[in-house]
Amino acid sequence: METKLILELPNDVREIEHVVDFVMQRCSTCQMHGRKLKFNLRVSLTEALSNAMLYGNAKDSRKRVRMEVIVGEHEIKARVTDEGTGFDPEGIPDPTSPDHLEKCSGRGLFLMRELMDEVHFNESGNQVTLVLRSDTGADEAGGEVDGA
Amino acid sequence: MGFQVERQGDVTVVDVEGQLIVGNRQELKQKVLEQLESGDRKFVIDFSNTGYIDSSGLGVLVSLSKKIREQGGELRLADLNEDLRTLFELTKLDTLFKIADSRGEAMVGL
Repeated sequence: METKLILELPNDVREIEHVVDFVMQRCSTCQMHGRKLKFNLRVSLTEALSNAMLYGNAKDSRKRVRMEVIVGEHEIKARVTDEGTGFDPEGIPDPTSPDHLEKCSGRGLFLMRELMDEVHFNESGNQVTLVLRSDTGADEAGGEVDGA
Repeated sequence: MGFQVERQGDVTVVDVEGQLIVGNRQELKQKVLEQLESGDRKFVIDFSNTGYIDSSGLGVLVSLSKKIREQGGELRLADLNEDLRTLFELTKLDTLFKIADSRGEAMVGL
């Protein structure tokens, strides 16, 4: 049985921690345990919301962020939509490359891609969909580091 | 949740309590830069009481490290839990910082 959450959030980064805590509690029904749920999902949700508020909505307090989460037995899908004009995710450089290692930003999308099973954007780039599954065999964040 | 700054000899130690995230990163930056402007050059940030750092928090640490190095100083990090170490490894920031297992170890030779 699936559980669906739909949240309309103010564009306020102070809300992120509370929202992620709430979603994490509701994800406890998923047959996904350990670090993949507690670490990978928490980090990725935090980064998706942060990107939406800071860059998508450009810190504009009049805008909102919509978050939909579908919690299945073996899969969690989260969709975060901002009210910005979008961006080209392929235009974000690899923050681990020597030229960008000392940059102060640009790691959020990278972390999402490292920690989730799927990350994709809509055409305009103002909506990101994250998918985490329990059946990938890589149940630990550390287990994915070597293959990154 | 907050940042406690103390001096141990000629080393400035900052204890991060709770989280280092987009909502409080500027507070840490301001506290460290104040110490840098007052002449401090050796810094240790202690994460033994830290649950989480987001990408904005990582970015602030990178920024502070650069500013401290530009003034001839050094910033070291101490006591990261397993999750925090994973974040540094994934982003390869473990190659940019000296990361010690404890505050005491971080202060050796600083």
